[in-house]
Amino acid sequence: LAHGGGGRAMAQLIDELFMAAFDNPALRKGNDQAVVEPPPGRLVVATDSHVVSPLFFPGGNIGSLAVHGTINDVAMCGARPLALTAGFILEEGYPLADLRRIVESMSEAASAAGVSVVTGDTKVVERGKGDGVFINTTGIGVVPPGLELSGDRARPGDHVLVSGPIGDHGVAIMSLRESLGFEAPITSDSAALHELVAAMLDEVPQVRCLRDPTRGGVAATLNELSRQSGVGIVIREEALPIREAVDAACELLGLDPLYVANEGKLLAICPPDASERLLAVMRAHPLGSDAALIGEVIEDSHGFVQMETAFGGTRNVDWIAGEQLPRIC
Amino acid sequence: MNAVSRHSVPKRLAVRVCGRVQGVGFRPFVKCLADSCNVSGWVRNDAGGVSLEVQGGGSQLARFMVALREQAPPLARIEAVVENPCPLQPRERGFRIRPSSGGAVATEITPDAAVCDACLEELFDPADRRYRYPFINCTHCGPRYTLTSGLPYDRVRTSMAKFPQCPRCLAEYEDAGDRRYHAQPNACPECGPSLQLLDGDGHPLPVGDVLAATVDRLTSGQILAIKGLGGFHLLCDAGNPEAVARLRTRKRRSEKPFAVMVPGIEAAERLVRLAPGERHLLAGVDRPILLAGKRPTVDRQLPGVAPGMPWLGVMLPYTPLHYLLFHEAAGRPMGLAWLSGTGQPVWVCTSANPGGEPLVTDNQDAVRRLSGLADALLVHDRDILVRCDDSVVRQAEGRAVYLRRGRGVTPSPIRLPRGGPPVLATGGHLKNTVCLTRGDQAYISQHVGDLDNAATCRALDDTVAHLQRVLAVRPDCVACDRHPDFYSSALAARLAAEWAIPLVRVQHHHAHLAAVQAEHGLEGPMLGAALDGVGFGDNGEPWGGELLALDGRGGFRRLGFLRPLPLPGGDRAAREPWRMAAAALHELGWGERIPAWFPEHPRAQGLAGMLATGTRCPRTSSLGRLFDAAAGLLKVKAVSRFEGQAAMLLEGLAAEHGAVPAWEGGWTLDQEGLDFRPLLAELTRSSERGFGAALFHATLAAGLADWLCRAAEKAGQKRVAIAGGCCANQVMMRDLCMRLEHAGLSVYQARQAPPNDAGLSLGQAWVALQTVR
Ligand SMILES: [Fe+3]
Ligand SMILES: [Mg+2]
Ligand SMILES: [Zn+2]
Ligand SMILES: [Zn+2]
Repeated sequence: LAHGGGGRAMAQLIDELFMAAFDNPALRKGNDQAVVEPPPGRLVVATDSHVVSPLFFPGGNIGSLAVHGTINDVAMCGARPLALTAGFILEEGYPLADLRRIVESMSEAASAAGVSVVTGDTKVVERGKGDGVFINTTGIGVVPPGLELSGDRARPGDHVLVSGPIGDHGVAIMSLRESLGFEAPITSDSAALHELVAAMLDEVPQVRCLRDPTRGGVAATLNELSRQSGVGIVIREEALPIREAVDAACELLGLDPLYVANEGKLLAICPPDASERLLAVMRAHPLGSDAALIGEVIEDSHGFVQMETAFGGTRNVDWIAGEQLPRIC
Repeated sequence: MNAVSRHSVPKRLAVRVCGRVQGVGFRPFVKCLADSCNVSGWVRNDAGGVSLEVQGGGSQLARFMVALREQAPPLARIEAVVENPCPLQPRERGFRIRPSSGGAVATEITPDAAVCDACLEELFDPADRRYRYPFINCTHCGPRYTLTSGLPYDRVRTSMAKFPQCPRCLAEYEDAGDRRYHAQPNACPECGPSLQLLDGDGHPLPVGDVLAATVDRLTSGQILAIKGLGGFHLLCDAGNPEAVARLRTRKRRSEKPFAVMVPGIEAAERLVRLAPGERHLLAGVDRPILLAGKRPTVDRQLPGVAPGMPWLGVMLPYTPLHYLLFHEAAGRPMGLAWLSGTGQPVWVCTSANPGGEPLVTDNQDAVRRLSGLADALLVHDRDILVRCDDSVVRQAEGRAVYLRRGRGVTPSPIRLPRGGPPVLATGGHLKNTVCLTRGDQAYISQHVGDLDNAATCRALDDTVAHLQRVLAVRPDCVACDRHPDFYSSALAARLAAEWAIPLVRVQHHHAHLAAVQAEHGLEGPMLGAALDGVGFGDNGEPWGGELLALDGRGGFRRLGFLRPLPLPGGDRAAREPWRMAAAALHELGWGERIPAWFPEHPRAQGLAGMLATGTRCPRTSSLGRLFDAAAGLLKVKAVSRFEGQAAMLLEGLAAEHGAVPAWEGGWTLDQEGLDFRPLLAELTRSSERGFGAALFHATLAAGLADWLCRAAEKAGQKRVAIAGGCCANQVMMRDLCMRLEHAGLSVYQARQAPPNDAGLSLGQAWVALQTVR
């Protein structure tokens, strides 16, 4: 891949690779923008820049991740995603074959999700100025009338649910990056959750809020929600779904799986009388088959997120500044 | 009245006494003393302490002044006595207690004190009206801090407010000549609190005699929750292995040693070896848990109480209730002689704080949180207003070292080298305490605990508020640790913002050392060695074996550190010494030997991989982790069941083995610091654990001494402060201090404030005080 301005080489790359892969009517027009006819409802926009190392991992690559991540951000307010944009920043010298694989899986992810990439942009930076490939995606979507999902709506008594086992993505990335070679390879959970969300909201429109626990994991997301809503949250360690392999890897690495990133999971908070139905709908969907009720919202002016441990104690699930730092003196 | 002797011209003195002189029976003492010395005058409380005027012949006055200092009541602590001549009052007759002078009287709250001998005499005297009354007390003993909600210290602001005194009690309370003059918790069976025995669900048990029923249950192996001064204890028969095992299961405390309570020093000596100073500590009015050298028979006598530990925590009774339980078990003997007997039971006495949460203090809370733990609860209706864990003390080089400050000690201040604006310091994360300064007095709070749960974090908030209330101080500055994720730091930041006052973030090991500077009044530049677990370093790395140049103005420079070891898995490595041993092998270049070295650990292969790639392996200069590495290499302990267990077991082995010469080839010194890799390599070849442990301790002490001596010489310093969690290791510290002192250095260690993280708040406060000026 050669670094260059807006010349013919770039046009050729765009034509041959991106246009072919993302082919759709809007893109085919060849304009610098896409015109989208929105259905009735309120418009939702979300943007996310994706940087991941390594670019390829079990369960996906940066391309599929860029599609799933942004679709999920759009979907978490209950919106149906309509279209995506994609901006690529490529490093000079990056192998074209690898780029092709990324773009193709991106296109597959988009079409599997039923969402088109309607416009895009590509820049190539000098060697050493990037890390292979960075992708920014922006998604737009529409929230049906009547749905009011927001992180500040959790109320004491509400139940907290998670759509499946936690920590898969972060552990998959880490074990690959550090070539730790666990017995059983761990696969990223990267997935688009909008259909699961649609099924959940169809059945239980009373859901208070949804959020995907990506960077910082379930811990960071629960702390965001408790802070936004001015409540406390108590979860039960024994209720947390977690794969044995992920648990084992976390134990070895000294990581708390609550702080490990997910890319295909959501946390839902709903009124207590709706949680049973919500759980049933989630479990009926392939992306929520291991969904679990993990805790509840309580009144707490401190906004503590607490976990009842398997040993019968209670410990805080702190909102940490960054990585998990040693603190035992 | 005054018989003025011909040989001594009458004089009059105005005297001010500062320190803990209020609420401890000081004025009646002064009156008594004045009468016996045949001097006239008056005494009263005022904002600064006690002021008095005395008039009499020169020799009487001299005798009075000497006795004033030397015979003060047991709970008084005189800090200063200032006397000035003043004009004679020729017509004055007798000595009077005057009402307190107007204005703000800062009647201080004193720490709780163990029941005194005079009260004990009454307690066991069938003819006394308070015979077997569990709430007997007087001006010289009993609860104070734990039942007081605010200032000034007066019955209405204590949990005794709901018990109006009967005429007989009131008469004692108002009689300046009585031992119970102004004893705020004064009570008797007529008017005071009473006991109740509850079943595990909180229902009152219909028993004829509560004390007898309680002792019966203890004797039959039951676990009882018993309300003490600052919280509930769980008690069981320490000689009953089943009961102890049941307590361990219920408390989910598999190996951590329990403390025991025995009725007297003689009984204690059957369990531990006591030096004279230790006897004194054990029987002090603060009645701490004393950690003392365990006799070898104890593991057989009291199986499962403190397995494998070189120490046993022993405590004497401190409330009348504790005494009455032993009294009951002894068959209700008369007098005090029976307390020196040795046939009494030994009871495990552990704080009732389920799940690492704060101590239970409230009756209903006790029923809710202790059901399932206790078979029955012995409660009473005198509320505990301030939670206070037992204090823990040990003796090192003939001096007391407080490892935990709590009941009996809080709120005694530590005097700072100088005063300044009030500072609030919020301490660390584990073993948290806070510190509030007022003038040149630093008040360290009682033990708050580990801030890893919401209840303890809330207890920290309460402690901060309560300390401000009882000291009537509003801070001008807040100090905290530099770790980004501590609740204590978040609280400090919040309070600083709320009160719009500066926030000073103090490096962990700097704070450890500053605490030593503070309590020893050390000003000016000096050296400091932090021998610690892990604390957040200024470069973002976990520090813990640090040589700092302290500038005496609240700053420091890092002169050197122990050569860092990887910490595979972060805090997990602090709980699993085998990981540190693997880290040591990796650092020795023997990474490939890790899986074979730990055949019993299925994760050894994975750990070798982590070490090879450096994944989740921050590097730490911690000395505590070096101990863990040694314990892991010598296969002393693979996984610690409680904090510091591996190092304690290692110390126990070294002590048992006896001293060996240090191996001079065990360390190297370079620009950066001290590298013990040769010693670690030697341990891998050591086939005998006891010898290995002894060699490790001796070589460590020699290496550290070498390092510190050279640094001291280079810096032209003679003074070294040493602090940090590893100072609890007596085998190493004794050796190290001897070497340093032999080399002409003055060594300063934590004594009043704990050397561990419980002392951080004092250090933070002192650093802040030094920097805010
Ligand atoms: Fe420390
Ligand atoms: Mg996102
Ligand atoms: Zn007394
Ligand atoms: Zn009475």
